[in-house]
Amino acid sequence: MKKFGKAVSILACAAMTASLVAAPVAAEGTFKIGGIGPMTGGAAVYGQAVMNAAQLAVDEINAAGGVNGAELEFNAQDDEHDAEKSVNAYNTLKDWGMQMLLGTVTSAPCIAVEAEAMNDNMFLLTPSGSAVECISGDNAFRVCFSDPNQGTASAQYIGENKLATKVAAIYDSSDVYSSGIFATFQAEAANQGLEIVAAEAFTADSKTDFSVQLQKAKDAGAELVFLPIYYTEASLILQQAAGMDFAPIFFGCDGLDGLLAVEGFDTSLAEGVMLLTPFAADAEDELTQTFVANYKEQFGDTPNQFAADAYDGIYAIKAALEKAGATPDMDASEICDLMKVAMTEITMDGLTGSGITWSADGEPTKAPKAVVITDGAYKAM
Amino acid sequence: MSSFVSYLINGISLGSVYAIIALGYTMVYGIAKMLNFAHGDVIMVGGYAALTMMTVSGAHPLVAILVAVLVCTTLGITIERVAYRPLRGAASPLAVLITAIGVSYLLQNLALLIFGANTKSFQSVVTIPAVKLADGAINITGETIVTIVACIVIMLGLTTFIKKTKAGQAMLAVSEDKGAAQLMGINVNGTIALTFAIGSALAAIAGVLLCSAYPSLTPYTGAMPGIKAFVAAVFGGIGSITGAMIGGILLGVIEILGKAYISSQMADAIVFAVLIIVLLVKPTGLLGKQIQEKV
Amino acid sequence: MKKMDKTFKSNCITYGMVIAAYIIVQIMVGTGNISSLMKGLLVPVCVYIVMAVSLNLVVGISGELSLGHAGFMCVGAFSSAFFSKCVQEALPNSGFRFFLAIVLGAAVAAVFGLLIGIPVLRLKGDYLAIVTLAFGEIIKNVINVFYIGKDSTGFHFSMKDQFSMGMEPTGTVILNGPQGITGTPKDASFTVGVILILITLFVVLNLINSRDGRAIKSIRDNRIAAESVGINITKYKLMAFTVSAALAGAAGALYAHNLATLQGKKFDYNMSIMALVFVVLGGIGNIRGSVIAAVVLTLLPELLRGLSDYRMLIYAIVLIVMMLFNWAPKALEWRERYLSRFFRKQEKEGK
Repeated sequence: MKKFGKAVSILACAAMTASLVAAPVAAEGTFKIGGIGPMTGGAAVYGQAVMNAAQLAVDEINAAGGVNGAELEFNAQDDEHDAEKSVNAYNTLKDWGMQMLLGTVTSAPCIAVEAEAMNDNMFLLTPSGSAVECISGDNAFRVCFSDPNQGTASAQYIGENKLATKVAAIYDSSDVYSSGIFATFQAEAANQGLEIVAAEAFTADSKTDFSVQLQKAKDAGAELVFLPIYYTEASLILQQAAGMDFAPIFFGCDGLDGLLAVEGFDTSLAEGVMLLTPFAADAEDELTQTFVANYKEQFGDTPNQFAADAYDGIYAIKAALEKAGATPDMDASEICDLMKVAMTEITMDGLTGSGITWSADGEPTKAPKAVVITDGAYKAM
Repeated sequence: MSSFVSYLINGISLGSVYAIIALGYTMVYGIAKMLNFAHGDVIMVGGYAALTMMTVSGAHPLVAILVAVLVCTTLGITIERVAYRPLRGAASPLAVLITAIGVSYLLQNLALLIFGANTKSFQSVVTIPAVKLADGAINITGETIVTIVACIVIMLGLTTFIKKTKAGQAMLAVSEDKGAAQLMGINVNGTIALTFAIGSALAAIAGVLLCSAYPSLTPYTGAMPGIKAFVAAVFGGIGSITGAMIGGILLGVIEILGKAYISSQMADAIVFAVLIIVLLVKPTGLLGKQIQEKV
Repeated sequence: MKKMDKTFKSNCITYGMVIAAYIIVQIMVGTGNISSLMKGLLVPVCVYIVMAVSLNLVVGISGELSLGHAGFMCVGAFSSAFFSKCVQEALPNSGFRFFLAIVLGAAVAAVFGLLIGIPVLRLKGDYLAIVTLAFGEIIKNVINVFYIGKDSTGFHFSMKDQFSMGMEPTGTVILNGPQGITGTPKDASFTVGVILILITLFVVLNLINSRDGRAIKSIRDNRIAAESVGINITKYKLMAFTVSAALAGAAGALYAHNLATLQGKKFDYNMSIMALVFVVLGGIGNIRGSVIAAVVLTLLPELLRGLSDYRMLIYAIVLIVMMLFNWAPKALEWRERYLSRFFRKQEKEGK
């Protein structure tokens, strides 16, 4: 036993020294963009979508001549949807010589990474970290809507269009995104004259059976069920609601996007589901269509809203870099200082909206689109 | 009142899924005396095997189940042979527990690489229509009926197998005392391999039924039901086949009723609290055997 | 007498190893020869070492399988982070504040350890394992529904949601349910981590080699015999369990003050199992082994980053292979035959 301990400690020492040596920062003629997101673990689907789409955008930009005459280089690191691993990924990328960060994909890890990035004065653009604290520093911007933004907008949309007065909500109380949206939805619902008749939670540990939550919504006479959750759970909720003959209006946020792309999902169950999302994979415009076609060709799946956010994120970085006139030989802090200003000056037409602008606090300005699922496809409302 | 009945039925239907997973768990534990943490992931493999058969080759659901059973049985035997058997006789029983965790990670990450992280929706293999009572206020889905029937059939089958066949008796003997069993001419390794084969075949059936009742499949689908089934098995008295069934169904009912009448956020805490109380009152579960320690 | 010396020597090697590693790392940091990744990993490695050593006290020395160790870490993390957030303005001295936070984290975890230990330690084996797992999950689940805020009128508390607290709009939410605590001051440093490791080692190694420690081990080896010679089973089991919980709480405090965000879901059964993996891989009851295993297994997934998609797959395979190599009777035999010869030779040459 002891001998093995020795063998292990020798091995460990060797491994440590190997990893201890700082990697030299290569000053070649490329902009180095890092990406962090969950590529394994339960949230892998979001991280993989972001990394695929970002790579796609980087390849397109490089094929078209790069940015300010320099190519982009993209390096994606896995964080397993864990704050601690996310900081490790961030440090790995720093060793690689990252100059800008596209990430992180999920909210909680993003908060941890942002604290580090703020210290280092590293430019951070999160495609989909929607919690308020994700972009607390002036170095940080985001592509997606913030949680309060989505919750408020949903309540306003329901109230203004008089979709319903008796509203139930089913949300994931163990998830930052879901509970964040629900909290602001609840606050705004009162102003809009909506009555929340049932607010039912579930947790990551029990997200297969939703019969109780649906039963309660049904018994309370809800006309509309608000689902600030991701589409995996939503597909189960829709299926179980159909099983118990409960057919209210289902209303969701951008997390529901991707519902129709679930392999083998009976899309007739999603008939009439409404969602506020900045992106719909079957929109008619040329930009979306080329993106979806290219993405499908390379990765075999229909891109979801996360992919669209990442794709826009890379193009926003490109626009800001051009605006700022940054060059690849600058270090991360210099680029960050330039980008902070440049991000607020650009206007971008992307997949997730046209004429997107950013304010100095990092929030994007774009209009959420309400879509309704009709005949197995998204239709703008 | 009708809502209480429908909660109860939903609880039984969730519980029947736990029960069918717990049957495999308890079987392996009873004979090999190890907590097979990878059991939940074998369920996931069963789900993917059946799904692939149905979508890629368009096979009949029954054929798909058969293939899933074959795949999982082979997988179970392989895992036992490669990862668990070498550790039989190790200085601590914990060694094999940790290896099982390694196997669980391995299966999850293999599935992630092969099938991708995207959720796949599972076409139910059950064609029986739902039963509606009391003007549609109470609804029993076809999946629930099939799962419960399957559960009872498997439970009776296993009990008969263990009581009436030679191989079953050998299992009993091995679970009582490995050394003595070997002296009586029983092939201990073979018997344990057989146990894993049966346990994994049950996992395949459980996987297909789990995915039919809750049709979303990801590489991590098996992990949480696996833990819950483990809880159910302990609840009923681990090693006891009837106990696993009762434990599973009770667990499902407690979870649903807890969600309905106490707090939907705290459902898991309630389930675990009940488990703790039961174990403190009956330290070996509801139907577990109390083994007296000898000097 | 001779045996005593041997233990003493072995303990000195363990302390020396930690101190040597600390000095080497400090030199590397001083000369700027350390990668950002390694620098970022220093504190987490300390956290996991403390977790592994403290769990080894329960699993290895006391012989009870606990799967709820993360629960104590969770309690320590949240109580200390909560404390730091509250007194951040009143106590600007980060060193002193952090010291208090760690002590508080450890104390709260010890109380939980004691309260949970009293009923739980009556159970045995796998039943004990499942009940500790259940307690860990309950702690995580309950933390997830806690909302605590502070405004000018004092503290507000709710178990439903943020709005039920009825706070003034100017108040700040400290513990925000599943979103946990954000913005904990980053007080943790490698030096504090190493001091905590040394304290942990000191406490655990001294306990093991004390009269109490021998009583604890005698219960592990033969409960009935121990009872018959008048050893108070409950007392000694509880002692090991509570000390272990307190150390896990201190580890949690260190963890919480290293990241800007802290969520309950991090402390699920997977975290407990990870600590158990460290203990078993390093050798049950072998304290130095736990330290080494914690270092190796924390670094391994990071060193495998080059493999991108295959990273976690390879990690799983390496874990299985290491377990087989370390525990399988056949592998041990094989090692005895080949490796021991190699090492013996080396030792002779050394002399």
